[in-house]
Amino acid sequence: MTMEATRYDDGTISYPGHPRSRNGAEPAGTIDLSEHTAEVVTWTTSTATPPGVREPNHLAIVEFDLGDVVEDGETSVRALVQLENGDVETGDEVEPIYTEELREPGAGIREPESQDWDGYRFEPV
Amino acid sequence: MTETDRVAVIGASMTQFGQREEWILELLSEAGLDCLSNAGVEADEVEHLYVSNMTSGEFEGMTGVMNALAHDIGAIPAYTQRVDQTSSSGGAGIYAAWQSIQSGASEMTLLVGGEKMTHRTTGEATDIIASIAHPVEYKAGVTLPSFAGMTARHYLERFDAPRESLAKVAAKNHRNGVDNPHAQFQKEVDVETILESPIVADPLRLYDFCPITDGSAAMLFCPESVAKEYTDEYAIAAGVDGATDTHVVHEREDPTVMGGVVESGQGAYEMSGYGPEDIDVAELHDMFTILEFLQMEGLGFAEQGEAWELVEEGYTERDTGELPVNTSGGLKSKGHPLGASGVAQGVEIYEQLVGEAGDRQVEADVGLCCNVGGFGNCVITTIMEAAR
Repeated sequence: MTMEATRYDDGTISYPGHPRSRNGAEPAGTIDLSEHTAEVVTWTTSTATPPGVREPNHLAIVEFDLGDVVEDGETSVRALVQLENGDVETGDEVEPIYTEELREPGAGIREPESQDWDGYRFEPV
Repeated sequence: MTETDRVAVIGASMTQFGQREEWILELLSEAGLDCLSNAGVEADEVEHLYVSNMTSGEFEGMTGVMNALAHDIGAIPAYTQRVDQTSSSGGAGIYAAWQSIQSGASEMTLLVGGEKMTHRTTGEATDIIASIAHPVEYKAGVTLPSFAGMTARHYLERFDAPRESLAKVAAKNHRNGVDNPHAQFQKEVDVETILESPIVADPLRLYDFCPITDGSAAMLFCPESVAKEYTDEYAIAAGVDGATDTHVVHEREDPTVMGGVVESGQGAYEMSGYGPEDIDVAELHDMFTILEFLQMEGLGFAEQGEAWELVEEGYTERDTGELPVNTSGGLKSKGHPLGASGVAQGVEIYEQLVGEAGDRQVEADVGLCCNVGGFGNCVITTIMEAAR
């Protein structure tokens, strides 16, 4: 399992990847974010969760500094992730822990076969 | 439509918002027929019929509502179209109706927005709405309220804004809703109660969120030359524009800026010839209290990071403020039946401009409504002016 961000010909990076960058450039490669730590930009604990989602659900927008693997263009990318728990503050450094099922497939409206359901929860380093 | 014609709004209506026994078609019919009746227009005069609706298939298992509505209200053989732009379906319906008149394709266009939601549990409704999310967001269990919680925390921390300022948005809009007989909640709520209500998406609490709602609203459009055959009291749709922002919310460069608000606002200002300083009354999409700040800033009513100060100063109060915001009670108090909400914003601005807002009436010649879809994924801004 990887957590792949996409790097584009124009030097931009996005997670998740898209067929084109926000400027219309083609993909040039991928970067596995699961090998990196990230910094919490903001977070919330959601107490009213939909079917198949743990309650409470701790979520954060985190930012990966990719300066050590990217030489030019953008050197950071953000992702929305689950947190292991709500014991975090903005600015904390967090690392990914693989989780087989972030959400129960089929419990909600989304067709189970239409996407994957495993991924990473993050906890403070 | 002549070269000098403008697009007029000659009628508007909304049903009681809240928990209704009626299903989607009955709600749409109620608002549509009221609108036609108020304007003195017969159903068979309608050339285009647009239905703003996000999820009748998912919520009720009822599709094709626009054709069914044409039959039910006697509007056959009108051209019909369902307009789905998630929570901004209503605003997108206004844009579609405006286009139909402006292009000359129709000389009488009825727009009806509606949604039936309350028969579902909160979890089910939340999931249906959250199905707009990208797969990486959806599998994380994200909901629209959780986006609001993360954005609110970022805003409060970055701009050193007090938590109470968000509660004051909710208190203001509940106060305004007391005078709206169609609002779901016609009850004042004080700041202390809001700050002590249960946490839904930290730091936001129950009263920072709009309710789940059934309801419908309608507007009637025609060329100004046709409007004068029916009434002297009408409004002009002076500017309307729509725009998108990233589908994946965390890909935005600045989490406190909704690009769709900025872009659609600029487009509507440019088309109408008005600027933020000309707006006398505004209906903003307060699905969550934090959105009122982001729209005030994106539309140029406040500098970035300063909308909360204007709210603290009373700038947006209905009876004493320089720019009354959400005189209808907003989505917060009036309710948020997805496809109806943007139309209901237009209904409020229309009523303010033609002097039919009752106890909510403010002095207004120019009004603006901003209808946000998803978490800023798509936005429609409309500017209307009183007929001169």
